[in-house]
Amino acid sequence: MSALLTVEDLRVAFHTRTGTVDAVRGVSFELGRERLGIVGESGSGKSQTGRAIMGLTPPHAEVTARKLDFDGIDLTNISARARRDLRGDRIAMILQDPKYSLDPVMTIGRQIVESIQAHEKIGKSEASKRALAMLESVQIRDPARVYDLYPHEVSGGMGQRAMIAMMLIANPQLLIADEPTSALDVTVQLDVLRILDQLVTERGMGLIFISHDLRLVSSFCDRVIVMYAGRIVEQLKASELNQAQHPYTRGLLDCMPRLGAADRHPLPTLDRKPEWAL
Amino acid sequence: MANTADRVSTRGRRRSGASSLAWSILSFLVVAAITFLGLITVTFFIGRVIPIDPVLAIVGDRAPASVVAAARKQYGFDLPLWDQYLLYLTKALKGDFGNSVLSTYPVMDDIRRVLPATLELATVGTIIGLLLGIPLGVLAAVKRDSLIDQIVRVIGLVGYSVPIFWLGLMGLLVFYARLGWVEGPGRIGVAYEYSFTPITGLFLVDAILQGDWDVFRDVFRHIILPGALLGYFSMAYISRMTRSFMLNELSQEYIVAARAKGLSETRVIWGHALRNAAVPLVTVIALSYATLLEGSVLTETVFAWPGIGSYLYNSLQNADMNAVLGGTIVIGALFIALNLLSDLLYRVLDPRTRT
Repeated sequence: MSALLTVEDLRVAFHTRTGTVDAVRGVSFELGRERLGIVGESGSGKSQTGRAIMGLTPPHAEVTARKLDFDGIDLTNISARARRDLRGDRIAMILQDPKYSLDPVMTIGRQIVESIQAHEKIGKSEASKRALAMLESVQIRDPARVYDLYPHEVSGGMGQRAMIAMMLIANPQLLIADEPTSALDVTVQLDVLRILDQLVTERGMGLIFISHDLRLVSSFCDRVIVMYAGRIVEQLKASELNQAQHPYTRGLLDCMPRLGAADRHPLPTLDRKPEWAL
Repeated sequence: MANTADRVSTRGRRRSGASSLAWSILSFLVVAAITFLGLITVTFFIGRVIPIDPVLAIVGDRAPASVVAAARKQYGFDLPLWDQYLLYLTKALKGDFGNSVLSTYPVMDDIRRVLPATLELATVGTIIGLLLGIPLGVLAAVKRDSLIDQIVRVIGLVGYSVPIFWLGLMGLLVFYARLGWVEGPGRIGVAYEYSFTPITGLFLVDAILQGDWDVFRDVFRHIILPGALLGYFSMAYISRMTRSFMLNELSQEYIVAARAKGLSETRVIWGHALRNAAVPLVTVIALSYATLLEGSVLTETVFAWPGIGSYLYNSLQNADMNAVLGGTIVIGALFIALNLLSDLLYRVLDPRTRT
């Protein structure tokens, strides 16, 4: 299988007044048209990995990679303009919380239309027709109404569907979903995941699913990468999660409550070893 | 199920949104009325408790006691303070602030004459401040900590700290006396002063209305220096606030999302970030405009500008209390009106305040 995305030795460093913070320290993986989960706790570098692939790292950060290759395009060596043309068109990203990631003063419809118009020369009525169709395909039942609403007027689940519509309208080949359901109610999470699942399958996209929820990622993805302190500590098939070797992954799995298991009180907690972060 | 619930609740919110708009306009007006009443009251009592005898101001220090007593009775100063207040209030609400001692005309007529001069100057200043301040502020925020940012900061700092009368005098010295690029003090040249009949009192507008381009050029050459000066101060303030609002917006997640969509930087900055920053900016601009209206005394003095600032200053120096009170109340009313306007604009610009 030819890789859609190849990442080799990706590093992201922030130079601050108090010293250099290495957020990502040499991450390497390959991705085909599959679902890859990246799991890790806050500060493990999982989000920065995603943003570095998007080319959306803050300007004061330093990104280096031996290889960062998307569908034959060397991302380390293309112009900002070319990179921008890829964004939203061939690589897209879904952010965590629709409350903050949608522009509060622009209607949902206009934000989706804007997304189309960034990449295609297309008439206004044609664009809004496609935006409405896209809203329908993320299972919004009354697209014409939602089209004219402002982000604060819809629920979190609805907002995240609009976000998915906005990011998938240009039919990207790679989607990076950065904690797409963490800000949502548990009941809505499953709805949104199902929609995401369906669209990713239908359109044959590659997906990087970033989350802190190991259980969720293992049920949703084909492969899982576990990150700790800016490094990949373990890579394994989602179905083989139980055979995880690294003590961090084992620790994570261990502290989950189990139904029907023997009474485990208190639940074990993670005992972080300093050598993991080396 | 969830969808239906959403729909119902949103529709409910929409409906109440329409009536809440009417409700809030009403409450705006009530607040404005109360504020205005308070303004008149406070102004009146301050005017009466300061140690200036309005009667002596009218008749002079050396008038015989009988004249003073007669004048006191004639102007109602022998009444109890409360009655004086009610009398003043009823008259003020009809736009009657009494006569000015200095000009002998009704204060309202004087204000009608001098206010447009100040309005015109402040408007020119605000327009200049807007046109320069917003782009500079945006640029400084986008290129944070760069040379441009530093330059904008220094320009702003100078605008804050250099006294306006000094800059005004220097401006006159360089551009009027030395270079002769602009006209000197006053609003209009002597050649036109008596032949030109104002309509609105805003001379630039009047000249356009009458199609008199010679007058327009002359008025423009008069207003541009003091206007640019006020504009500079307004720019210093607006650019600084724009910068800080923009920095705040640019750090929001929706900006990341806009970039992730592949929008151009131009679109991200001007279409998304500035559009959001515009909401608090409206208040800043209204405030800056109001400051130019009331705070132009020094500018008006340096440039012999016949506006409300120098009118108030003169009246105060001559203990012309009717004029002082009237002028203060009119400026205060303008303040209230500007505040209302900016509140309304705020609602237009930010959909979140409408529900």
